[in-house]
Amino acid sequence: MNPQNNATSPEVTQRYKVPFSLRRFVRTNSAQLGILGVFVTLWIIFIISAPKTFLAPQIYSAFMASIPFFAIMAIPLTIVVIAGEMDLSFPSIMAMGMVAFNYTYVATGFINNVTIQVFLAIVAALVTGAIIGWLNGFIIVKFGIPSLVVTIGTQFLWRGADLVLTQGANFSLEYIKQTFFYPLFVGTIGPYFPMQMFWLIVVTIMGWVLLNQHRFGAHIYLIGDNINSAELMGVNTGRTRIQAFMLVGVIAAFAGILASFYVAYFWPSLGDGFLLSTLASVFLGGTSVFGGVGTILGTFLGAFIIGAIEAATVAIGLTGFWTQFIYGFIIVLSVIMHTYLRKRGE
Amino acid sequence: MEEYRLELKHVSKSFGEVQALEDINFHLGRNEVVGLLGDNGAGKSTLIKIITGYYQPTSGEIFFNGRKVDNLSVPKARELGVETVYQERALAELQTLWRNIFLGRELCNSLGFLDIQRMRDETHRLMSESMGFTSHAVSPDSRVGKYSGGEKQGVAIVRALFFNADIVVLDEPTMGLSLKESAKLINFVNGIKQAGKSAIFIDHNILHVHNVADRVVVIDRGRVAGEFQTKNIGLNELMDKMVQVAETGSLN
Repeated sequence: MNPQNNATSPEVTQRYKVPFSLRRFVRTNSAQLGILGVFVTLWIIFIISAPKTFLAPQIYSAFMASIPFFAIMAIPLTIVVIAGEMDLSFPSIMAMGMVAFNYTYVATGFINNVTIQVFLAIVAALVTGAIIGWLNGFIIVKFGIPSLVVTIGTQFLWRGADLVLTQGANFSLEYIKQTFFYPLFVGTIGPYFPMQMFWLIVVTIMGWVLLNQHRFGAHIYLIGDNINSAELMGVNTGRTRIQAFMLVGVIAAFAGILASFYVAYFWPSLGDGFLLSTLASVFLGGTSVFGGVGTILGTFLGAFIIGAIEAATVAIGLTGFWTQFIYGFIIVLSVIMHTYLRKRGE
Repeated sequence: MEEYRLELKHVSKSFGEVQALEDINFHLGRNEVVGLLGDNGAGKSTLIKIITGYYQPTSGEIFFNGRKVDNLSVPKARELGVETVYQERALAELQTLWRNIFLGRELCNSLGFLDIQRMRDETHRLMSESMGFTSHAVSPDSRVGKYSGGEKQGVAIVRALFFNADIVVLDEPTMGLSLKESAKLINFVNGIKQAGKSAIFIDHNILHVHNVADRVVVIDRGRVAGEFQTKNIGLNELMDKMVQVAETGSLN
């Protein structure tokens, strides 16, 4: 099928341009501006309450070092949620990717070249993530089971597989420090800029382009909005959703690599504790749980809000006990704000 | 023998135990508007969805321009020139107008990257030329969910026309439309014929069907109960026949 040939009349169509209007800009970008407002407001509150901490570069360097590990998974998860689906299995995929990594590293010992072994191990981890993501999508699409239910199941399944395969053992990845992958993935640019932040930016840009400039993203929005319409108009809804789950799988495996490389150590519990911060980033960013609505930029900002709250609570002088309370407060307020903005924008 | 644009031979469709269509023979000539009439649940929408490739028939054959087509799918039917205005309109209401116009066949390059500017340009042109939308709320970047019923239907119709359809299928297109909007729609169907294309027209309103169709096919309980040339049958007679079919399941 080649729509270009019969779609448009041969004569040149007049260009459609609208003069810039601030009101329209605000209306069409209300969700992103809303979360940006929350972001800036919180930041100002942090700076005023703890100027010593929040005017020094170290705290930002620390944020950029720790936040990408979950924020990077929030990007493909945003795509899945926009499609009206859910994935809870990504923390286990992080671990399973690293299990594949370890197995491959050991099995390729005969090569006797650490760099090549680590390279193959990385490939194995990413492929494992893609296969697990594909399996999630396949079960959801072929059997028509809600993705929430399926991924609760696969979340346990792959965590279990991880524990069985490693027998619960943890081990050192000290050898990766001999390869260029170590500085490439978790080194720093200059004194303050961690490489995992660079990779988060790369994944964010790729996610944005895919969602906004590519047919795949157009279909994701349509499926999440009205899957029946999408099907009637010939969108391959099954394949598109499976691809979205595969994206989560690959990026979760990549996040597992980043997090393990950072400490040069593998724990079979890798990924535990990332579930809620990642989900919260997506919903804080204004993506609707009903599908059809959401932005990558919103998720990106949401992740930094989530990541900064803990450090900020302590820096402001409150005890750590306050963290969850403030988390909950900001999440609930932001979700109410998004719902309000969405209703007004319609 | 004249070659039909579309022909169904002995098409049946069942959903599990339910026999929705049984041994349907149907054809659509060039430059012809066929009206499908039948009670609720008679199988009109199932028949339409087989023609548009959404359902695959359980048995039977489908011919386009005299050539047999196997495994018809929605993209394949579109490629063969079938465009549909669905009863449920098939819009994505949270999305912008241009995304709806190009729903399912976005203009993009070989790598799949969208040509957004061109889609917006084309949408703007269609809006002013074909849809006659003058309302300020309707722009390529406005969300379809805000539109009135008539405007939504206009989007569904213009979308069907834009892609050079040979066969336009209209499933209950006047549902929820005002009188004025319905009249506009009837004009539009007449326009399809003048442009040398064919159409299948489903409507509850026998008056509308009698007005625009060259031929009326009556469907009852999954079977073709009969057909008439509209020039040979008056409106009252057609109504009597419809009541008879509904009561007895047969025309005679």
